[in-house]
Amino acid sequence: MTMVMAVPAGTSIWRITIGSAIVLVILAILPQLVDPYQTVLLTYGLIMAIAALGFNLLLGYTGLLSFGHSAYFGAGAYLVAFIMRDFGAHSMELCIVGGMLGTLIIAAILGFVCVRHTRIFFGILTLALSQVLWSLAFKFFWVTGGTDGIRVPHANLTLLGGLVDFKGAGSFQRFIYAYYYYVLALFAVSTIILWVITHSPFGKALQAIRDNETRARFVGISVRRYRWIAFMISGTFTGLAGILWVPLNGLTTPDILYWPFSGEIVFMTVLGGFRSFTGPIVGAMAFNYLKTYAIASTEYWQLLLGVVLVILVMALPAGIVGTTARLAAKLGRSTK
Amino acid sequence: MTIFVIQILNSFFYAAVLFLIAAGLSLIYGVMRIVNLAHGALYALGAYVSAWIVGSAIGHALEGNLGLAGVLLLLPLGAIAVAAVGALIEPTLLRPLYRRSEEYHLLVTFGLLMILEDVMKLLFGRTPLSAGAIMDRMGSIPVGRLMYPTYNLFVVAVGIAAAIGLWAFIYRTKFGVILRATSQDRRMAAALGINVSRVYVQAFAIGCFLAGLGGAVVVPAQAAVLGLGIEVLILAFVVVVIGGLGSLQGALVGALIVAFVRTAGIQFFPEIELAVLYLIAAAVLLVRPTGLFGRA
Amino acid sequence: MTLLETVNLKKYFGDTRAVDDVNLTIAEGEFISVVGPNGAGKTSLCNVISAHLTPDSGKIIFRGRDMTQSSVIERVQAGIARSFQLVNLFDDLTSFDNVALAIFSRDRKIRNMAALADRDREVVIEADTVLDQFGLASKRNEPARGLAQGERKLLDVALAYALRPKLLFLDEPTSGVSTREKDQIMDIIASVVRGEGITAAIIEHDMDVVFKYSSRIVVMHQGAILAQGTPDAIRNNDDVAMILLGSSGPDAFLRKE
Repeated sequence: MTMVMAVPAGTSIWRITIGSAIVLVILAILPQLVDPYQTVLLTYGLIMAIAALGFNLLLGYTGLLSFGHSAYFGAGAYLVAFIMRDFGAHSMELCIVGGMLGTLIIAAILGFVCVRHTRIFFGILTLALSQVLWSLAFKFFWVTGGTDGIRVPHANLTLLGGLVDFKGAGSFQRFIYAYYYYVLALFAVSTIILWVITHSPFGKALQAIRDNETRARFVGISVRRYRWIAFMISGTFTGLAGILWVPLNGLTTPDILYWPFSGEIVFMTVLGGFRSFTGPIVGAMAFNYLKTYAIASTEYWQLLLGVVLVILVMALPAGIVGTTARLAAKLGRSTK
Repeated sequence: MTIFVIQILNSFFYAAVLFLIAAGLSLIYGVMRIVNLAHGALYALGAYVSAWIVGSAIGHALEGNLGLAGVLLLLPLGAIAVAAVGALIEPTLLRPLYRRSEEYHLLVTFGLLMILEDVMKLLFGRTPLSAGAIMDRMGSIPVGRLMYPTYNLFVVAVGIAAAIGLWAFIYRTKFGVILRATSQDRRMAAALGINVSRVYVQAFAIGCFLAGLGGAVVVPAQAAVLGLGIEVLILAFVVVVIGGLGSLQGALVGALIVAFVRTAGIQFFPEIELAVLYLIAAAVLLVRPTGLFGRA
Repeated sequence: MTLLETVNLKKYFGDTRAVDDVNLTIAEGEFISVVGPNGAGKTSLCNVISAHLTPDSGKIIFRGRDMTQSSVIERVQAGIARSFQLVNLFDDLTSFDNVALAIFSRDRKIRNMAALADRDREVVIEADTVLDQFGLASKRNEPARGLAQGERKLLDVALAYALRPKLLFLDEPTSGVSTREKDQIMDIIASVVRGEGITAAIIEHDMDVVFKYSSRIVVMHQGAILAQGTPDAIRNNDDVAMILLGSSGPDAFLRKE
């Protein structure tokens, strides 16, 4: 399946920039128009979008399906919890830097091992290694709080190097709005960085490796090394999502290290369409709403989501973005 | 000393159950090259259905008429039910995806896992279901100064019987030949007139039967709970990775290794016993990805 | 000047002697053809020289350096590039991206993740030039999988060529296409190779193509070199005719209309 151009090849940078700017402006205005609950939901959506974008660098662009990305999301979250609890830090920036560094190291180690294989064995390897982390979080309860987890109260948090804090009356409301914009900014930056990476010579090399590993080698590309680098970048961005997630959730538990959560990350990426750049963003936001409303409407929300996934895989493998792009192309052709 | 013997017996018990699950997973992969993420959920389904059937039989005071042996014979009904479910799943969900890359198998079976988990919640509720009555009825035998449940030994016997039966089935029957031919070269098998679609659905059903049987025999000892399927899948993977995907021998040896390591782990290094197991799997994948007995 | 020299090169697969004690020399500027019946070892030889396979024994000396133990990437960087008989392209990337990739890799720019690939003017111009040379300019933005078979064969060669190698080893660049297309493809390849003075070795079955373009012909049989020489020498070699065509005599190599 061709990498779907949600934005057709040759579209100028200007049009992409203007389009993105419009979306960004809309996202910036939304909290003023909706209630705080919706703002929180949107924040979660943006956070998962970062996770999915990071994940898709491996799947859509490098052709590696990881079933263990919960490891990096969870690592990011737990690192923040440790930094705040054990080092008494308050600065979100410190948490981000420390968390991303830690996640990078973990992704480097696990990735080094995992890229020794491809396809099914790669998937199983990522799964097994993420379970190692889960079991540690689960069993070493005196460090990690076990199934109770570790609390990360937003009241202790400061943003922008201490400029913004959340103590005192009305702090929760202030936190919701301030944190939304903070996440939005990081989302924008992450998206730009990942967009540049995927459209850089390095990004083309990854796609070459995805399409034809042998030929990539015969064109002079170090396949294993590039896969490893892609793995590290991918894990770090998913880790950033975990870092941003935990202050909002207020709590980190082993659940986000457990392998079904990895499955959710895969699900949302495929939902949006893993063969396009924007697919994971759309998919993450859509999945976020889908899951929230499913849980709210029925006790058997897993059944609902499972059915959605099956239908998706069988009938709409290109996901939301891919299918829309195809329909638009057909429409464009038929009106000519 | 006695404790030591008991731990060994426990390991064999655990290995028997793991073998059943892993053999099913390996068979399916060996024949169809499908990694079924819902395999654990099928094991859980077997446990639930069996527990429910036995519970109903006992509830209706049928046990008096059936006797212990009769009730025991009810257990495989759970496995048969799971096999039937498998026979439904393969043609509807899996067959359309064979042409596509294996990533899609993972996705659709993951969706199936989510569906099955909630179906079990729907059918059987949130409370754990067990068939503990069977275990009680079978009593215990003395091991040293302690008493050991006879039922566990029954399960080990079932495991051994299953291993021998499967081996005979695959290597000594005509259908076994067909199975092996199809797994080695699907196109060639089709060219020789073998109905590959039918072989696939049969192989899948057998694999599901084994998973269900694993659940059925475990449920008198261990209650069926929600989330069981998710937990057990990883262990099944570890077994199959160590033993080799697609190998019957591998499933047996892998099950024994995992069971013994786990039992020893829980005894001596409980915090990291799971981590150790997952790391062993990762190490095997690195050094010898086909496992101890698997082929490339 | 000798570009490539293989010394007692051997590659066996069990009892099969794919490459059996081959001593091949290729001088700079030559355009040689490697011919022989199926199973003669031509592709295996190409695979060993390009490091797709490791030899069991023997040496490969390229530009004076012993490259026997070097990897695929080291050989590519040293200047050996090859195309594939069964087309090996980056199917979901455009023709342009396929070629540009080779150029980025060659210029060591491929590790750059902070700049947009489409903005590198030098690479863009060169990639477009290469596509033009191979007659593929009109398919610039088409994903490689959408190209016709003849175009795919040309793109496969273009990828190897874009690496600006010292030695271009082409494995049956005209196989699988119609006779009419064969001539077109070979014309393009030959003009590009000759125009740039690239040393080329081509594995071919079509003897007309071979006679038309080669400066030297190497005939392989059962893993060894049976004979080698100018087109005229080979044309008059009865042993070669017997092996390749099953008959000999002055008319043996004429194309049967």
